[in-house]
Amino acid sequence: MSEFTFLFRGTDPTVQSPEEMQKSMEKWLAWFKELGEKGHIKYPGHPLERAGRVVRGKQKSVHDGPYAEAKDIVNGFTLIEAKDLPHAVELSKGCPILEAGGSVEVRPIRVVCLDM
Amino acid sequence: MEPSDHLFRREAGRMVATLTRVFGVHNLALAEDVVQDAFCRALEVWKFRGVPENPSAWLLATAKNRALDVLRRQRTAHTFAPELGRLLESEWTLAPAVEELFAANAIKDDLLRIMFSCCQPRLAEEAQVALILNILCGFSVNEIASAFVSSHAAIEKRITRAKKLLAASKRLFDVAAPAEFAARLPAVHRALYLLFNEGYHGASAETAVRAELCHEAMRLAALVLAHPHGATPASYALSALMCLNAARLPGRVNAGGNLTSLFEQDRSLWDGKLAAEGIRLLELAATGTELTEYHLEAAIASVHARAPQAEDTDWAAIVSLYDLLMSVRPSPVVALNRAIAIAQQEGPERGLEVIGTIEDRDRLAGYPFYPAALGELELRRGRHNAARKHFRAALALARNPMERRFLKQRVGACERGDPPEPAILEPATRLQGEVTS
Repeated sequence: MSEFTFLFRGTDPTVQSPEEMQKSMEKWLAWFKELGEKGHIKYPGHPLERAGRVVRGKQKSVHDGPYAEAKDIVNGFTLIEAKDLPHAVELSKGCPILEAGGSVEVRPIRVVCLDM
Repeated sequence: MEPSDHLFRREAGRMVATLTRVFGVHNLALAEDVVQDAFCRALEVWKFRGVPENPSAWLLATAKNRALDVLRRQRTAHTFAPELGRLLESEWTLAPAVEELFAANAIKDDLLRIMFSCCQPRLAEEAQVALILNILCGFSVNEIASAFVSSHAAIEKRITRAKKLLAASKRLFDVAAPAEFAARLPAVHRALYLLFNEGYHGASAETAVRAELCHEAMRLAALVLAHPHGATPASYALSALMCLNAARLPGRVNAGGNLTSLFEQDRSLWDGKLAAEGIRLLELAATGTELTEYHLEAAIASVHARAPQAEDTDWAAIVSLYDLLMSVRPSPVVALNRAIAIAQQEGPERGLEVIGTIEDRDRLAGYPFYPAALGELELRRGRHNAARKHFRAALALARNPMERRFLKQRVGACERGDPPEPAILEPATRLQGEVTS
Protein backbone atom coordinates (compact mmCIF):
# COMPACT_ATOMS: atom_id res chain seq x y z
CA MET A 1 0.00 0.00 0.00
CA SER A 2 1.15 3.49 -0.84
CA GLU A 3 -0.03 6.86 0.29
CA PHE A 4 -1.51 9.55 -1.86
CA THR A 5 -2.93 12.96 -1.32
CA PHE A 6 -6.11 14.07 -2.99
CA LEU A 7 -6.18 17.82 -3.57
CA PHE A 8 -9.68 19.07 -4.26
CA ARG A 9 -10.36 22.03 -6.51
CA GLY A 10 -13.58 23.64 -7.56
CA THR A 11 -16.60 24.89 -5.72
CA ASP A 12 -20.12 23.78 -5.27
CA PRO A 13 -22.58 25.79 -7.33
CA THR A 14 -23.38 28.95 -5.39
CA VAL A 15 -27.10 29.09 -6.07
CA GLN A 16 -28.34 26.01 -4.33
CA SER A 17 -31.38 25.48 -2.18
CA PRO A 18 -30.87 24.12 1.34
CA GLU A 19 -32.18 20.77 0.14
CA GLU A 20 -29.73 20.70 -2.77
CA MET A 21 -26.85 21.62 -0.48
CA GLN A 22 -27.75 18.81 1.85
CA LYS A 23 -27.91 16.42 -1.09
CA SER A 24 -24.42 17.53 -2.21
CA MET A 25 -23.10 16.92 1.25
CA GLU A 26 -24.74 13.52 1.54
CA LYS A 27 -23.12 12.44 -1.72
CA TRP A 28 -19.76 13.48 -0.38
CA LEU A 29 -20.35 11.72 2.95
CA ALA A 30 -21.36 8.55 1.13
CA TRP A 31 -18.18 8.62 -0.95
CA PHE A 32 -16.05 9.18 2.14
CA LYS A 33 -17.84 6.45 4.03
CA GLU A 34 -17.21 3.97 1.28
CA LEU A 35 -13.52 4.85 1.10
CA GLY A 36 -13.26 4.59 4.87
CA GLU A 37 -14.99 1.23 5.06
CA LYS A 38 -12.58 -0.17 2.50
CA GLY A 39 -9.66 1.13 4.53
CA HIS A 40 -8.50 3.74 2.03
CA ILE A 41 -8.60 6.79 4.28
CA LYS A 42 -5.29 7.38 6.00
CA TYR A 43 -6.40 10.77 7.26
CA PRO A 44 -9.67 12.48 6.41
CA GLY A 45 -7.95 15.82 5.92
CA HIS A 46 -9.41 19.28 6.14
CA PRO A 47 -11.20 21.91 4.16
CA LEU A 48 -9.12 25.01 3.53
CA GLU A 49 -10.31 28.59 3.89
CA ARG A 50 -10.48 30.44 0.59
CA ALA A 51 -8.49 33.47 1.62
CA GLY A 52 -5.05 33.39 3.19
CA ARG A 53 -1.62 34.88 2.59
CA VAL A 54 1.06 33.97 0.14
CA VAL A 55 4.63 34.58 1.28
CA ARG A 56 7.06 34.90 -1.58
CA GLY A 57 10.80 34.91 -2.25
CA LYS A 58 13.84 36.03 -0.36
CA GLN A 59 12.17 39.28 0.57
CA LYS A 60 9.49 37.21 2.26
CA SER A 61 6.93 39.53 0.80
CA VAL A 62 3.44 38.81 2.04
CA HIS A 63 0.52 38.93 -0.34
CA ASP A 64 -3.20 38.43 0.07
CA GLY A 65 -4.25 35.39 -1.74
CA PRO A 66 -4.12 32.91 -3.29
CA TYR A 67 -5.39 35.01 -6.16
CA ALA A 68 -6.31 32.22 -8.48
CA GLU A 69 -9.63 31.68 -10.12
CA ALA A 70 -12.13 30.00 -7.81
CA LYS A 71 -11.91 26.78 -9.77
CA ASP A 72 -8.12 26.65 -9.33
CA ILE A 73 -7.98 27.13 -5.58
CA VAL A 74 -7.28 24.04 -3.53
CA ASN A 75 -10.11 23.90 -1.03
CA GLY A 76 -9.31 20.71 0.79
CA PHE A 77 -7.12 17.66 1.04
CA THR A 78 -7.30 14.05 2.16
CA LEU A 79 -4.68 11.34 2.64
CA ILE A 80 -5.49 8.10 0.90
CA GLU A 81 -4.03 4.62 0.94
CA ALA A 82 -4.07 2.74 -2.34
CA LYS A 83 -2.18 0.00 -4.12
CA ASP A 84 -0.61 2.25 -6.70
CA LEU A 85 -1.28 5.44 -8.65
CA PRO A 86 -3.81 3.90 -11.08
CA HIS A 87 -5.69 2.49 -8.09
CA ALA A 88 -5.71 5.88 -6.35
CA VAL A 89 -6.94 7.50 -9.56
CA GLU A 90 -9.75 4.96 -9.73
CA LEU A 91 -10.73 5.82 -6.16
CA SER A 92 -10.78 9.53 -6.93
CA LYS A 93 -13.31 9.04 -9.69
CA GLY A 94 -16.11 8.64 -7.14
CA CYS A 95 -15.59 12.15 -5.81
CA PRO A 96 -18.79 14.23 -6.12
CA ILE A 97 -16.74 17.36 -6.82
CA LEU A 98 -16.19 16.02 -10.33
CA GLU A 99 -19.89 16.13 -11.07
CA ALA A 100 -19.91 19.79 -10.12
CA GLY A 101 -17.13 20.49 -12.61
CA GLY A 102 -14.31 20.44 -10.08
CA SER A 103 -11.12 18.37 -10.08
CA VAL A 104 -9.16 16.02 -7.88
CA GLU A 105 -5.39 16.10 -8.11
CA VAL A 106 -3.91 12.74 -7.12
CA ARG A 107 -0.31 12.97 -5.93
CA PRO A 108 1.76 10.10 -4.57
CA ILE A 109 3.48 10.95 -1.33
CA ARG A 110 7.18 10.47 -1.85
CA VAL A 111 8.54 7.76 0.37
CA VAL A 112 11.63 8.88 2.24
CA CYS A 113 13.76 6.00 3.36
CA LEU A 114 15.78 7.14 6.35
CA ASP A 115 17.86 3.98 6.64
CA MET A 116 19.71 4.51 3.42
CA MET B 1 -23.62 10.09 11.68
CA GLU B 2 -26.07 10.86 8.88
CA PRO B 3 -27.91 14.17 8.82
CA SER B 4 -31.69 13.73 9.15
CA ASP B 5 -33.84 14.18 6.08
CA HIS B 6 -34.42 17.80 5.12
CA LEU B 7 -32.24 18.98 8.00
CA PHE B 8 -30.94 21.99 6.06
CA ARG B 9 -34.36 22.96 4.80
CA ARG B 10 -35.87 22.78 8.28
CA GLU B 11 -33.01 24.63 9.92
CA ALA B 12 -33.15 27.32 7.24
CA GLY B 13 -36.53 28.43 8.58
CA ARG B 14 -35.40 28.45 12.18
CA MET B 15 -32.24 30.36 11.41
CA VAL B 16 -33.85 32.97 9.15
CA ALA B 17 -36.59 33.53 11.74
CA THR B 18 -34.08 34.17 14.50
CA LEU B 19 -31.68 36.20 12.40
CA THR B 20 -34.53 38.39 11.23
CA ARG B 21 -35.23 39.11 14.85
CA VAL B 22 -31.58 40.01 15.41
CA PHE B 23 -31.14 42.11 12.27
CA GLY B 24 -34.67 43.46 12.00
CA VAL B 25 -37.19 42.45 9.37
CA HIS B 26 -35.91 45.11 6.95
CA ASN B 27 -32.69 43.10 6.78
CA LEU B 28 -34.40 39.90 5.69
CA ALA B 29 -32.01 39.52 2.76
CA LEU B 30 -29.01 39.81 5.08
CA ALA B 31 -30.49 37.12 7.33
CA GLU B 32 -30.88 34.87 4.31
CA ASP B 33 -27.26 35.49 3.31
CA VAL B 34 -26.04 34.52 6.75
CA VAL B 35 -28.04 31.30 6.59
CA GLN B 36 -26.65 30.47 3.15
CA ASP B 37 -23.21 31.13 4.55
CA ALA B 38 -23.77 28.77 7.48
CA PHE B 39 -24.81 26.02 5.07
CA CYS B 40 -21.72 26.61 2.92
CA ARG B 41 -19.54 26.24 5.99
CA ALA B 42 -21.33 23.10 7.06
CA LEU B 43 -20.95 21.68 3.59
CA GLU B 44 -17.20 22.37 3.58
CA VAL B 45 -16.43 21.20 7.08
CA TRP B 46 -18.78 18.23 7.37
CA LYS B 47 -17.53 16.80 4.10
CA PHE B 48 -14.14 16.24 5.65
CA ARG B 49 -14.83 15.92 9.33
CA GLY B 50 -18.22 14.20 9.25
CA VAL B 51 -21.56 15.42 10.57
CA PRO B 52 -21.26 16.70 14.15
CA GLU B 53 -23.07 15.12 17.07
CA ASN B 54 -25.75 17.81 17.08
CA PRO B 55 -25.92 19.24 13.56
CA SER B 56 -28.74 21.67 14.34
CA ALA B 57 -26.79 23.20 17.19
CA TRP B 58 -23.68 23.41 14.98
CA LEU B 59 -25.59 25.27 12.27
CA LEU B 60 -27.22 27.57 14.76
CA ALA B 61 -23.92 28.37 16.47
CA THR B 62 -22.33 29.08 13.11
CA ALA B 63 -25.15 31.41 12.16
CA LYS B 64 -24.92 33.11 15.53
CA ASN B 65 -21.19 33.74 15.24
CA ARG B 66 -21.62 35.06 11.74
CA ALA B 67 -24.41 37.32 12.98
CA LEU B 68 -22.15 38.69 15.70
CA ASP B 69 -19.46 39.39 13.08
CA VAL B 70 -21.93 41.24 10.92
CA LEU B 71 -23.29 43.22 13.85
CA ARG B 72 -19.81 44.25 14.98
CA ARG B 73 -18.58 45.12 11.53
CA GLN B 74 -21.65 46.94 10.28
CA ARG B 75 -22.89 48.45 13.50
CA THR B 76 -22.33 51.96 12.31
CA ALA B 77 -23.47 51.48 8.73
CA HIS B 78 -26.69 49.64 9.41
CA THR B 79 -29.62 49.92 11.73
CA PHE B 80 -30.62 46.57 13.01
CA ALA B 81 -33.56 45.38 15.07
CA PRO B 82 -35.19 48.48 16.56
CA GLU B 83 -36.48 46.47 19.51
CA LEU B 84 -32.95 45.59 20.49
CA GLY B 85 -31.66 49.08 19.83
CA ARG B 86 -28.98 49.97 22.31
CA LEU B 87 -28.29 46.40 23.36
CA LEU B 88 -26.56 45.85 20.05
CA GLU B 89 -24.47 48.99 20.33
CA SER B 90 -22.18 47.99 23.15
CA GLU B 91 -19.88 45.01 23.11
CA TRP B 92 -20.92 44.24 26.71
CA THR B 93 -24.54 43.71 25.88
CA LEU B 94 -24.24 42.57 22.27
CA ALA B 95 -23.15 38.97 22.80
CA PRO B 96 -25.55 38.17 25.67
CA ALA B 97 -28.46 39.76 23.79
CA VAL B 98 -27.78 37.69 20.68
CA GLU B 99 -27.19 34.60 22.81
CA GLU B 100 -30.62 35.01 24.34
CA LEU B 101 -32.29 35.33 20.98
CA PHE B 102 -30.73 32.06 19.88
CA ALA B 103 -32.11 30.13 22.85
CA ALA B 104 -34.50 27.32 21.98
CA ASN B 105 -37.70 28.90 23.30
CA ALA B 106 -37.01 32.21 21.65
CA ILE B 107 -36.62 30.44 18.31
CA LYS B 108 -40.06 28.86 18.50
CA ASP B 109 -41.59 32.29 18.95
CA ASP B 110 -39.47 33.66 16.13
CA LEU B 111 -40.95 31.09 13.75
CA LEU B 112 -44.46 32.14 14.76
CA ARG B 113 -43.53 35.80 14.46
CA ILE B 114 -42.47 35.32 10.84
CA MET B 115 -45.42 33.05 10.12
CA PHE B 116 -47.87 35.65 11.39
CA SER B 117 -45.98 38.43 9.62
CA CYS B 118 -46.24 36.50 6.33
CA CYS B 119 -50.01 36.25 6.72
CA GLN B 120 -50.65 39.98 6.62
CA PRO B 121 -53.77 41.18 4.86
CA ARG B 122 -51.81 43.25 2.35
CA LEU B 123 -50.53 40.03 0.80
CA ALA B 124 -52.71 37.83 -1.36
CA GLU B 125 -53.22 34.35 0.07
CA GLU B 126 -51.16 32.70 -2.64
CA ALA B 127 -48.30 35.08 -1.88
CA GLN B 128 -48.57 34.27 1.83
CA VAL B 129 -48.28 30.56 1.10
CA ALA B 130 -45.31 31.03 -1.23
CA LEU B 131 -43.60 33.23 1.34
CA ILE B 132 -44.11 30.70 4.14
CA LEU B 133 -42.70 27.95 1.95
CA ASN B 134 -39.71 30.04 1.03
CA ILE B 135 -38.82 31.62 4.37
CA LEU B 136 -40.08 29.14 6.95
CA CYS B 137 -39.77 25.87 5.09
CA GLY B 138 -36.57 26.62 3.18
CA PHE B 139 -37.91 25.78 -0.29
CA SER B 140 -36.19 27.59 -3.15
CA VAL B 141 -38.14 29.43 -5.84
CA ASN B 142 -37.48 26.53 -8.20
CA GLU B 143 -38.76 23.98 -5.74
CA ILE B 144 -41.91 25.99 -5.06
CA ALA B 145 -42.48 26.52 -8.79
CA SER B 146 -42.21 22.81 -9.44
CA ALA B 147 -44.49 21.91 -6.53
CA PHE B 148 -47.12 24.37 -7.79
CA VAL B 149 -46.51 23.43 -11.43
CA SER B 150 -45.96 27.10 -12.05
CA SER B 151 -43.24 29.00 -13.86
CA HIS B 152 -40.06 30.01 -12.08
CA ALA B 153 -40.60 33.61 -13.17
CA ALA B 154 -44.13 33.77 -11.78
CA ILE B 155 -43.15 32.39 -8.39
CA GLU B 156 -40.03 34.51 -8.22
CA LYS B 157 -42.04 37.64 -8.90
CA ARG B 158 -44.60 36.67 -6.30
CA ILE B 159 -41.96 36.00 -3.65
CA THR B 160 -39.82 39.03 -4.43
CA ARG B 161 -42.79 41.35 -4.16
CA ALA B 162 -44.01 39.72 -0.98
CA LYS B 163 -40.56 39.97 0.58
CA LYS B 164 -40.30 43.63 -0.31
CA LEU B 165 -43.58 44.24 1.42
CA LEU B 166 -42.50 42.23 4.44
CA ALA B 167 -39.16 44.01 4.65
CA ALA B 168 -40.93 47.37 4.46
CA SER B 169 -42.97 46.62 7.56
CA LYS B 170 -41.43 48.32 10.55
CA ARG B 171 -41.32 45.34 12.80
CA LEU B 172 -42.32 41.72 13.00
CA PHE B 173 -45.71 40.66 14.24
CA ASP B 174 -45.95 40.64 18.03
CA VAL B 175 -47.12 37.16 19.04
CA ALA B 176 -47.28 38.12 22.71
CA ALA B 177 -50.27 40.46 22.24
CA PRO B 178 -53.43 38.31 22.67
CA ALA B 179 -55.84 40.54 20.74
CA GLU B 180 -53.59 40.93 17.71
CA PHE B 181 -52.79 37.23 17.80
CA ALA B 182 -56.47 36.32 17.77
CA ALA B 183 -57.18 38.76 14.94
CA ARG B 184 -54.44 37.38 12.70
CA LEU B 185 -54.97 33.71 13.55
CA PRO B 186 -57.70 33.00 10.95
CA ALA B 187 -55.41 34.21 8.15
CA VAL B 188 -52.65 31.94 9.46
CA HIS B 189 -55.04 28.98 9.57
CA ARG B 190 -56.11 29.73 6.03
CA ALA B 191 -52.53 29.88 4.71
CA LEU B 192 -51.59 26.62 6.43
CA TYR B 193 -54.77 25.01 5.15
CA LEU B 194 -53.92 26.10 1.61
CA LEU B 195 -50.39 24.82 2.01
CA PHE B 196 -51.70 21.45 3.15
CA ASN B 197 -54.18 21.28 0.29
CA GLU B 198 -51.52 22.17 -2.23
CA GLY B 199 -49.77 19.04 -1.07
CA TYR B 200 -52.86 16.89 -0.79
CA HIS B 201 -54.70 17.82 -3.95
CA GLY B 202 -52.06 19.81 -5.77
CA ALA B 203 -50.96 19.51 -9.33
CA SER B 204 -47.42 18.22 -8.79
CA ALA B 205 -46.91 14.71 -10.10
CA GLU B 206 -44.29 13.97 -7.48
CA THR B 207 -45.88 12.18 -4.57
CA ALA B 208 -42.85 12.85 -2.42
CA VAL B 209 -43.03 16.60 -3.04
CA ARG B 210 -46.69 16.67 -2.19
CA ALA B 211 -46.26 14.65 0.98
CA GLU B 212 -43.54 17.11 2.00
CA LEU B 213 -45.90 20.06 1.60
CA CYS B 214 -48.44 18.27 3.79
CA HIS B 215 -45.82 17.56 6.43
CA GLU B 216 -44.64 21.15 6.44
CA ALA B 217 -48.20 22.38 6.93
CA MET B 218 -48.63 19.94 9.82
CA ARG B 219 -45.37 20.98 11.42
CA LEU B 220 -46.30 24.67 11.30
CA ALA B 221 -49.85 23.98 12.51
CA ALA B 222 -48.38 22.12 15.49
CA LEU B 223 -46.25 25.19 16.25
CA VAL B 224 -49.38 27.35 16.33
CA LEU B 225 -51.09 24.85 18.65
CA ALA B 226 -48.12 24.87 20.97
CA HIS B 227 -48.40 28.62 21.57
CA PRO B 228 -50.60 29.59 24.53
CA HIS B 229 -52.70 31.97 22.38
CA GLY B 230 -52.74 29.49 19.50
CA ALA B 231 -54.52 26.54 21.11
CA THR B 232 -58.03 27.50 19.94
CA PRO B 233 -60.79 25.14 18.77
CA ALA B 234 -60.13 26.20 15.16
CA SER B 235 -56.41 25.41 15.54
CA TYR B 236 -57.22 21.98 16.92
CA ALA B 237 -59.71 21.39 14.10
CA LEU B 238 -57.16 22.41 11.47
CA SER B 239 -54.54 20.06 12.88
CA ALA B 240 -57.16 17.31 13.15
CA LEU B 241 -58.13 17.76 9.52
CA MET B 242 -54.51 17.58 8.44
CA CYS B 243 -53.80 14.42 10.47
CA LEU B 244 -56.95 12.66 9.31
CA ASN B 245 -56.32 13.40 5.65
CA ALA B 246 -52.58 12.77 5.80
CA ALA B 247 -53.36 9.37 7.35
CA ARG B 248 -54.76 8.37 3.96
CA LEU B 249 -51.74 9.55 1.96
CA PRO B 250 -49.97 6.15 1.92
CA GLY B 251 -53.00 4.61 0.19
CA ARG B 252 -53.56 7.25 -2.47
CA VAL B 253 -50.98 6.02 -4.91
CA ASN B 254 -50.62 2.30 -5.55
CA ALA B 255 -47.45 0.31 -6.09
CA GLY B 256 -47.56 1.08 -9.82
CA GLY B 257 -47.50 4.83 -9.10
CA ASN B 258 -51.14 5.26 -10.12
CA LEU B 259 -53.73 7.30 -8.31
CA THR B 260 -56.25 5.14 -6.55
CA SER B 261 -59.73 6.27 -5.68
CA LEU B 262 -61.08 6.38 -2.18
CA PHE B 263 -63.08 3.25 -3.04
CA GLU B 264 -60.20 1.18 -4.30
CA GLN B 265 -57.59 2.17 -1.72
CA ASP B 266 -56.01 -0.52 0.38
CA ARG B 267 -57.15 0.84 3.71
CA SER B 268 -54.64 -1.27 5.59
CA LEU B 269 -52.03 1.17 4.22
CA TRP B 270 -53.66 4.10 6.00
CA ASP B 271 -51.72 5.42 8.94
CA GLY B 272 -53.82 4.35 11.91
CA LYS B 273 -51.72 6.24 14.44
CA LEU B 274 -52.07 9.50 12.56
CA ALA B 275 -55.81 8.96 12.15
CA ALA B 276 -56.14 8.32 15.90
CA GLU B 277 -54.19 11.52 16.58
CA GLY B 278 -56.57 13.33 14.24
CA ILE B 279 -59.60 12.03 16.09
CA ARG B 280 -58.05 13.01 19.41
CA LEU B 281 -57.42 16.55 18.11
CA LEU B 282 -60.94 16.74 16.71
CA GLU B 283 -62.30 15.96 20.18
CA LEU B 284 -60.16 18.75 21.61
CA ALA B 285 -61.55 21.05 18.91
CA ALA B 286 -65.09 20.42 20.10
CA THR B 287 -65.01 23.00 22.87
CA GLY B 288 -66.62 26.40 22.71
CA THR B 289 -69.23 27.47 20.21
CA GLU B 290 -67.13 28.07 17.17
CA LEU B 291 -67.87 25.81 14.19
CA THR B 292 -65.35 26.39 11.42
CA GLU B 293 -64.91 24.86 8.00
CA TYR B 294 -61.94 23.03 9.51
CA HIS B 295 -64.20 21.34 12.06
CA LEU B 296 -66.48 20.17 9.28
CA GLU B 297 -63.77 19.01 6.95
CA ALA B 298 -62.07 17.16 9.79
CA ALA B 299 -65.37 15.56 10.70
CA ILE B 300 -65.85 14.40 7.08
CA ALA B 301 -62.34 12.96 7.05
CA SER B 302 -63.04 11.21 10.36
CA VAL B 303 -66.09 9.48 8.85
CA HIS B 304 -63.82 8.04 6.15
CA ALA B 305 -61.17 7.12 8.71
CA ARG B 306 -63.72 5.24 10.77
CA ALA B 307 -64.92 3.08 7.87
CA PRO B 308 -62.89 -0.14 7.71
CA GLN B 309 -64.12 -0.71 4.13
CA ALA B 310 -65.40 1.78 1.56
CA GLU B 311 -68.83 0.09 1.76
CA ASP B 312 -69.00 0.86 5.47
CA THR B 313 -68.90 4.63 4.88
CA ASP B 314 -71.68 6.53 6.59
CA TRP B 315 -72.71 8.62 3.57
CA ALA B 316 -75.71 10.12 5.34
CA ALA B 317 -73.38 11.63 7.91
CA ILE B 318 -71.11 12.92 5.15
CA VAL B 319 -74.01 14.52 3.27
CA SER B 320 -75.19 16.37 6.36
CA LEU B 321 -71.65 17.55 7.10
CA TYR B 322 -71.42 18.88 3.53
CA ASP B 323 -74.76 20.63 4.07
CA LEU B 324 -73.25 22.41 7.05
CA LEU B 325 -70.05 23.14 5.15
CA MET B 326 -72.13 24.76 2.40
CA SER B 327 -73.60 27.10 4.98
CA VAL B 328 -70.23 27.93 6.60
CA ARG B 329 -68.13 28.22 3.46
CA PRO B 330 -70.04 27.67 0.24
CA SER B 331 -68.07 26.95 -2.91
CA PRO B 332 -68.83 25.06 -6.13
CA VAL B 333 -66.28 22.39 -5.19
CA VAL B 334 -67.95 21.78 -1.84
CA ALA B 335 -71.28 21.60 -3.69
CA LEU B 336 -69.82 19.08 -6.12
CA ASN B 337 -68.53 16.94 -3.26
CA ARG B 338 -71.92 17.10 -1.63
CA ALA B 339 -73.53 15.90 -4.85
CA ILE B 340 -71.09 13.00 -5.07
CA ALA B 341 -71.90 11.98 -1.50
CA ILE B 342 -75.62 12.16 -2.33
CA ALA B 343 -75.01 9.95 -5.38
CA GLN B 344 -73.37 7.40 -3.09
CA GLN B 345 -76.43 7.37 -0.95
CA GLU B 346 -79.27 7.83 -3.42
CA GLY B 347 -77.88 6.71 -6.75
CA PRO B 348 -76.20 8.33 -9.77
CA GLU B 349 -79.39 9.91 -11.22
CA ARG B 350 -79.96 11.86 -8.04
CA GLY B 351 -76.28 12.85 -7.98
CA LEU B 352 -76.43 14.23 -11.52
CA GLU B 353 -79.61 16.09 -10.67
CA VAL B 354 -77.93 17.77 -7.71
CA ILE B 355 -74.87 18.66 -9.79
CA GLY B 356 -77.25 20.30 -12.26
CA THR B 357 -78.44 22.63 -9.52
CA ILE B 358 -74.99 23.90 -8.49
CA GLU B 359 -75.36 27.63 -8.97
CA ASP B 360 -71.89 28.76 -9.93
CA ARG B 361 -70.83 25.53 -11.62
CA ASP B 362 -69.27 27.51 -14.48
CA ARG B 363 -66.42 28.13 -12.02
CA LEU B 364 -65.70 24.41 -12.19
CA ALA B 365 -64.95 24.64 -15.92
CA GLY B 366 -61.19 24.20 -15.55
CA TYR B 367 -61.38 21.57 -12.83
CA PRO B 368 -60.73 18.05 -14.21
CA PHE B 369 -62.71 16.32 -11.48
CA TYR B 370 -65.90 18.11 -12.44
CA PRO B 371 -66.27 16.34 -15.81
CA ALA B 372 -64.72 13.24 -14.20
CA ALA B 373 -67.52 13.19 -11.62
CA LEU B 374 -70.13 13.60 -14.37
CA GLY B 375 -68.46 10.77 -16.32
CA GLU B 376 -68.43 8.55 -13.28
CA LEU B 377 -72.10 9.00 -12.56
CA GLU B 378 -73.06 8.51 -16.22
CA LEU B 379 -70.95 5.37 -16.31
CA ARG B 380 -72.69 4.07 -13.23
CA ARG B 381 -76.07 4.41 -14.81
CA GLY B 382 -74.81 2.60 -17.88
CA ARG B 383 -74.54 5.51 -20.34
CA HIS B 384 -71.09 4.71 -21.67
CA ASN B 385 -71.10 7.22 -24.51
CA ALA B 386 -71.98 10.18 -22.34
CA ALA B 387 -69.49 8.98 -19.74
CA ARG B 388 -66.69 8.73 -22.31
CA LYS B 389 -67.33 12.28 -23.48
CA HIS B 390 -67.01 13.59 -19.94
CA PHE B 391 -63.85 11.62 -19.22
CA ARG B 392 -62.33 12.91 -22.46
CA ALA B 393 -63.09 16.45 -21.34
CA ALA B 394 -61.53 15.68 -17.96
CA LEU B 395 -58.47 14.22 -19.66
CA ALA B 396 -57.95 17.47 -21.55
CA LEU B 397 -57.86 19.31 -18.21
CA ALA B 398 -55.60 16.84 -16.37
CA ARG B 399 -52.70 18.54 -14.63
CA ASN B 400 -50.11 15.79 -14.44
CA PRO B 401 -49.27 12.34 -15.84
CA MET B 402 -50.81 10.60 -12.84
CA GLU B 403 -54.17 12.25 -13.40
CA ARG B 404 -53.89 11.57 -17.13
CA ARG B 405 -53.23 7.87 -16.58
CA PHE B 406 -56.16 7.63 -14.21
CA LEU B 407 -58.54 9.35 -16.62
CA LYS B 408 -57.28 7.39 -19.63
CA GLN B 409 -58.21 4.20 -17.80
CA ARG B 410 -61.69 5.57 -17.31
CA VAL B 411 -62.00 6.48 -21.01
CA GLY B 412 -60.83 2.94 -21.81
CA ALA B 413 -63.39 1.45 -19.44
CA CYS B 414 -66.17 3.37 -21.23
CA GLU B 415 -64.98 2.24 -24.66
CA ARG B 416 -64.87 -1.38 -23.62
CA GLY B 417 -68.25 -1.01 -21.96
CA ASP B 418 -66.85 -2.31 -18.69
CA PRO B 419 -69.30 -2.69 -15.86
CA PRO B 420 -68.92 0.40 -13.70
CA GLU B 421 -66.63 0.24 -10.74
CA PRO B 422 -66.90 3.12 -8.37
CA ALA B 423 -63.81 5.23 -8.91
CA ILE B 424 -64.30 8.78 -7.84
CA LEU B 425 -61.13 10.34 -6.61
CA GLU B 426 -60.99 11.95 -3.25
CA PRO B 427 -62.45 15.31 -4.08
CA ALA B 428 -60.71 18.50 -3.17
CA THR B 429 -62.66 21.03 -1.21
CA ARG B 430 -61.41 23.93 -3.22
CA LEU B 431 -60.29 24.68 -6.72
CA GLN B 432 -56.74 25.05 -7.88
CA GLY B 433 -56.07 28.73 -8.34
CA GLU B 434 -59.02 29.61 -6.19
CA VAL B 435 -56.69 30.82 -3.51
CA THR B 436 -57.46 34.51 -3.84
CA SER B 437 -61.21 34.09 -3.43
